[in-house]
Amino acid sequence: MEIDPFIFRLSIFILSIFIGYYVVWSVTPSLHTPLMSVTNAISSVIIVGAIIAALAGNSVNIFDTANIYGFLAIILAAINIFGGFLVTQRMLAMYKKKRKDK
Amino acid sequence: MSANLLAIFYLISGILFILALRGLSSPETSRQGNLFGIIGMAIAIGVTFLSVGNFSTGFLYVLGFLVIGGSVGAFIAYKIPMTAMPELVAGFHSLVGLAAVFVAISAFLNPEVFNLGSPGDIKIASLIEMSLGAAIGAITFTGSIIAFLKLRGIMSGSPITFAVQHYLNLSLGLILIGLIFYLCKTQIDTWFWTIILISFLLGILLIIPIGGADMPVVISMLNSYSGWAAAGIGFTLENTALIITGALVGSSGAILSYIMCKGMNRSFFNVILGGFGGTDQSKSKTDKEQRPVKSGNADDAAFLMKNASSVIIVPGYGMAVAQAQHALREMVDGLKKNGVKVTYAIHPVAGRMPGHMNVLLAEANVPYDEVFELEEINNDFANCDVAYVIGANDVTNPVAKTDPQSPIYGMPILDVEKSKSVLFVKRSLSPGYAGIDNDLFYRDNTLMLFADAKKMTEDIVKNL
Repeated sequence: MEIDPFIFRLSIFILSIFIGYYVVWSVTPSLHTPLMSVTNAISSVIIVGAIIAALAGNSVNIFDTANIYGFLAIILAAINIFGGFLVTQRMLAMYKKKRKDK
Repeated sequence: MSANLLAIFYLISGILFILALRGLSSPETSRQGNLFGIIGMAIAIGVTFLSVGNFSTGFLYVLGFLVIGGSVGAFIAYKIPMTAMPELVAGFHSLVGLAAVFVAISAFLNPEVFNLGSPGDIKIASLIEMSLGAAIGAITFTGSIIAFLKLRGIMSGSPITFAVQHYLNLSLGLILIGLIFYLCKTQIDTWFWTIILISFLLGILLIIPIGGADMPVVISMLNSYSGWAAAGIGFTLENTALIITGALVGSSGAILSYIMCKGMNRSFFNVILGGFGGTDQSKSKTDKEQRPVKSGNADDAAFLMKNASSVIIVPGYGMAVAQAQHALREMVDGLKKNGVKVTYAIHPVAGRMPGHMNVLLAEANVPYDEVFELEEINNDFANCDVAYVIGANDVTNPVAKTDPQSPIYGMPILDVEKSKSVLFVKRSLSPGYAGIDNDLFYRDNTLMLFADAKKMTEDIVKNL
């Protein structure tokens, strides 16, 4: 008997939920805002689907309906990826420890 | 590139994303974590390009759009003021949601590309996955737009409620499930479009009854939804990176919602059903007799704090609105010069999103090791000379501990009333978001400072 590959993906999914659970509980509350902006950025890895969709089919008519949705999704996800990571970086750079010299 | 190798690279991206979140356990490791996230993303995008292997004109267009989107994102990231972070995050969520919808649509229209079958004959499992991804994505999209409008103040923050609202939402949800079932049976595209339209509508309806100060829960919840939407698409595309990320983001948002609800001692459903903080607060208004309050000016406040040995600052949303964080930091510097020990106390739901106050204080160069969470600092109020409440209200209201009738009864509060004296910066005696009077205003040891938070803090600096 063969196991459906779906079961493997489901296993990955469920184990990842557990990893997420433990990792997120260990995030310090003062970094909850950067946590939201970085999760935003990483969930835009959906861009891989958008790229495949955009480049699908023949190269004669690259602006086929299905491709257009891919291109639109690329723009949206790219805004999120760059915006999300950069704004997180900007925030994290502001967190400083007390200076010793006082 | 072989499919197996590709899958391994996606797995590596997924692991890097886990490390990105892991880094956030402390500010020292967080920057490195963010770098891991960026590398993970670069790997995912890079190998996708290699796997498609089609470096024709289409590829140039993809790069072009990537650059356009990326520049817009980078521009926003550098320009956005820190006080606007909640609406930025809400806006970003809406984009993830819409991107998920678009990817689902193109997978539906062009299933061969993703090995899902052919139009009209798509695998049932894939249909379920893509319609769930599209539905959750669509709800995330419109819900986040509403949250954005409310946070931005374009739309009123007060809840919009009407009769049978919850039944309407419930029936729409049931209709959605029915439609997904029907879609699988008939493969007719009309149902697919209907699912998306109803989900758009449902997203709006779900968020409009929720009031402004419950936004921390809403943002966290939408964060979670955007993750589940990504996971749904990940199953459709059989992409490990997306599945892992979706699960991480989904559980992250869920945990944050839980923390926020706990910070208000309310159940998740109570928040989601909304209507809290509306206009129907007649009881507290009629009962209110004119009670005497002591009010003071910046001079009094400066004198009191200068001669204290310890001061705890309690910031709230009002500080963000008044942009008072820099003035506050100046005041604290002045106090430290006078040998006063100053710390900051942050309530979990202060502000409009989780961690909102911490970011603003960090922006004003407040060292993060002077900033404490509720449980860490609450016992210190009893030994502190002055509590300086700036822009917070409900989270300091002792009624939460004493009056079982109060809507905020049982909510964990900062024990500000235990400090020797309380300085309360506020424009007027008007009640806070919960619509209830704050008992603290009328205490003997409370001195009200009626002014704009920033103006008052600046005046105190002058008087130090």
